[in-house]
Amino acid sequence: MTRRRTPAALVEADPGPAHRIEFDGRPVRALPGQSIAAALWADGVLAWRTTRVGGRPRGAFCGIGACFDCLATVNGRANQRLCLLPAEPGTVVTTQEGHGRADLAV
Amino acid sequence: MPTSPSELFDLAVVGAGPAGLAAAVTAADLGLRCVLLDGADRTGGQYYRHPAPGLGAARPDRLHHGWAAYTGLAARLTAHRRAEFRGGHQVWALERTEDGFAVHVTLGPEAAERTTVRARTVLLATGAYERQLPFPGWTLPGVVTAGGAQAMLKAGLVLPGRRIVVAGSGPLLLAAASSLVGAGADVPAVVEASGYLGYARRPGVLAAVPAKLVEGAGHGSALLRHGVRLRPRSAVVEAHGDERVTGVTVARLGADWRPLPGTERRIDCDALAVGHGLLPQIELATELGAQTRTGPDGAVALRVDARLRTTVPGLWSAGETNGVGGADLALAEGELAAHAIAGEPPERALLRRRARLRAFAELMAAAHRPGPGWTGWLRPDTDVCRCEEVPVARIREAVEELGAGDPRTVKLLTRAGMGWCQGRMCGPAVACLSGATGAGPDRRPLACPVPLSQLAAGASE
Amino acid sequence: MVGAGVVGAACAYYAARAGLAVAVVDRGPVAGGTTGAGEGNLLVSDKEPGPELDLALLSLRLWRELAEQLGPAVEYEPKGGVVVASTAAGQQALRDFAAGQAAVGVSAEEVPAERLHELEPHLAPGLAGGYHYPQDAQVQPALAAAHLLREARRMGAELSTGETVTAVERGPDGAVRGVRTDRRRLAAPAVVNATGAWGAELAALAGAHLPVLPRRGFVLVTEPLPRVVRHKVYSADYVADVASGSAGLQTSSVIEGTPGGPVLIGASRERVGFDRTISHEAIGRLAAEAAALFPVLAQVAVMRTYRGFRPYLPDHLPAIGEDPRVPGLYHACGHEGAGIGLAPATGLLISEQLTGKRSELDLAPFRADRFPASTDPLEKP
Repeated sequence: MTRRRTPAALVEADPGPAHRIEFDGRPVRALPGQSIAAALWADGVLAWRTTRVGGRPRGAFCGIGACFDCLATVNGRANQRLCLLPAEPGTVVTTQEGHGRADLAV
Repeated sequence: MPTSPSELFDLAVVGAGPAGLAAAVTAADLGLRCVLLDGADRTGGQYYRHPAPGLGAARPDRLHHGWAAYTGLAARLTAHRRAEFRGGHQVWALERTEDGFAVHVTLGPEAAERTTVRARTVLLATGAYERQLPFPGWTLPGVVTAGGAQAMLKAGLVLPGRRIVVAGSGPLLLAAASSLVGAGADVPAVVEASGYLGYARRPGVLAAVPAKLVEGAGHGSALLRHGVRLRPRSAVVEAHGDERVTGVTVARLGADWRPLPGTERRIDCDALAVGHGLLPQIELATELGAQTRTGPDGAVALRVDARLRTTVPGLWSAGETNGVGGADLALAEGELAAHAIAGEPPERALLRRRARLRAFAELMAAAHRPGPGWTGWLRPDTDVCRCEEVPVARIREAVEELGAGDPRTVKLLTRAGMGWCQGRMCGPAVACLSGATGAGPDRRPLACPVPLSQLAAGASE
Repeated sequence: MVGAGVVGAACAYYAARAGLAVAVVDRGPVAGGTTGAGEGNLLVSDKEPGPELDLALLSLRLWRELAEQLGPAVEYEPKGGVVVASTAAGQQALRDFAAGQAAVGVSAEEVPAERLHELEPHLAPGLAGGYHYPQDAQVQPALAAAHLLREARRMGAELSTGETVTAVERGPDGAVRGVRTDRRRLAAPAVVNATGAWGAELAALAGAHLPVLPRRGFVLVTEPLPRVVRHKVYSADYVADVASGSAGLQTSSVIEGTPGGPVLIGASRERVGFDRTISHEAIGRLAAEAAALFPVLAQVAVMRTYRGFRPYLPDHLPAIGEDPRVPGLYHACGHEGAGIGLAPATGLLISEQLTGKRSELDLAPFRADRFPASTDPLEKP
């Protein structure tokens, strides 16, 4: 029987112990050193923002911090690029609606 | 940190990818005190992007071509007393000062704090980002850039889906497809818009860079083994799905990249990795007035002389910023630039190598230059600007009714390119739709967003 | 009409509406100069009684009409302005200023310190007070210019961008006969100089001296936000800076939201020629002053800064009307930082002069020959 091909198998990864982050109130498993976007992808989540105009779902696009499509609210701070931010244990990620700054509206 | 913030370095290298690493290590060897800055925590840039130590990857080389070159440079950098790496340093502007340059930095991905690095000279090695061309459905979750899929795989060991179509144009597609397949993804097709015929026009150049051929052949045979179908002269003309991509429509293209009616076929997938080659990331230099050139791929790159000097005194540039050409060229240019900055004569072999690789790069660029017919797959409601959600129809109105004939005016009248990414994703499409010929570099006075409080801190410096 | 900025566009619009055959020529694109770098201020609040305020009041009326005609695309917002003072002395100065304005029809209401936050909840605490100017408004300048030109074209005007005027042709009597461009000869008995900050160059082509100088300004653009600033808010210092002729760097906060989302933060002024280099001193000061006025903005990201060159004339008044020295040459430039606001009045006045109508305003203060020839337009600060 052949071993299933996976990214981890390809590089013969032996990661440290997994931890948890929180996404929209539910726990998501993350490996040490993964970005938040990577942890969410691994969990099958591809969208964590809705757009300002059309309210459409968005997630990581360029994966290198250039496109800003992967913005979300992290630990209460809006407009954080999840493809760059490490998934530290206990990180709280919230799907961001539009500009993510509704609290500032007057 | 061992140095005071006001220390004046001989050289600041911006970007720790192949060009920057080679330059920093070489310059330090030649006696210069240098600082290597990068927005990421680790060296490597996009090309040598690799898993975080916590992921315990025993064989990161399996995701890379030329991994040994990286580990060699990284080891030399760590050992060097005259070279210092500062990660998490996102450079947002260069400022000319009396004794050289002030390099303005915001720290970490959260842009938590501001700092300024001072140096007599600066080498720009900021690399490139991917060129995108919009198509209906390209904003759906699950549609990612080819480079993005690779970056997420290399750094985080994750895939966007199980069944991933790879599409666009350029040599990166084969590399991406081969990595994705190696990591367990099912890649039903690699859809390449060009016909690869461009290379064949000047076979002499190809023969001179056998390493490139070996690399390409390696990807090709890996793909064949996994039953990946290569579809040349074709493009994904639509991505389907509601909340995420569930399939794509592929069509054959005419010589000018216009989709040929009646050739559409649907391919089911749960992700699409798409890209049309790379664009030099040069705004730090152009904001200082550096002159540019337009390459055979239509991309604007910095104009440099034989010693890789830009037209701004004290500012050098190496690698993709001079025209996209790959890691080997970037390594050669980094080394050459370091010699020039240190006032040392260039090694003749290195000069020849650079010339050969540069010629090959120009050939590749010409082969993958987007044909004007690509706009044939757009629909009026296709968003061109992802950030500001500006559809094709609004851009056409600006051009046809409001008198816009260049990308800047289109931007002023439609907001296309005014969002978070500052036109990095929609720039080429907007330029094309504006009808502009030979547009100059995009203006991006701030290379990344900077918290207002950090700009304010500059006033009191 | 030479110049496809907002002033040239307004001139073309009113001239075409008056039935004239109009061609607009610009070496760049539509709104490619100062218009495209403007914030879109339609202000009366910053102007003391005099010819410029008269022009501004007329213009505000015209903008209201235009906004109805051009529709929501030009993002006209009659949002009002709030000028704030940080000291009691500053508030007294505002009071005196507003009293003078009231005499000529400017509405202004004193806002005591404790009521400032009703108008602008995010303003910093500790301000001495302010004035509310309900007539102040805003428009998106590039869209305004483009839509004025579109209307002008619908009425028969011709627009040609990327075409450079290389000469102004004059007859034996010295009167203007048209222009030569890099493409063709355009015959016209009247040529309007709407070239903004480049007005001195075009005047010189016609043999006239007009000392227009560029006065550089930077604007910071934040990330998209909900409405955090309701009015056009600026500090009392702004009025003094506008009126100053200093070549050195001056900054005073002008802060406003936009329908597009970002907050715009101006305004800096310095006379450094057409130097496009970013001034870190200028943008730093703008940021510091904005954060002082609206502390909530401190943690907001700035995505972009842009720069523009205000067309500055030494007495801060534009040149409007036929040049007494060159029959057929009409000037419509030199509006400094107020060009968006003053454009419709300028366009209307020019078209009235072109068609021999009685002008709504006395144009004498705007005569182009009011400057002694020794005022060198190429003067360096």
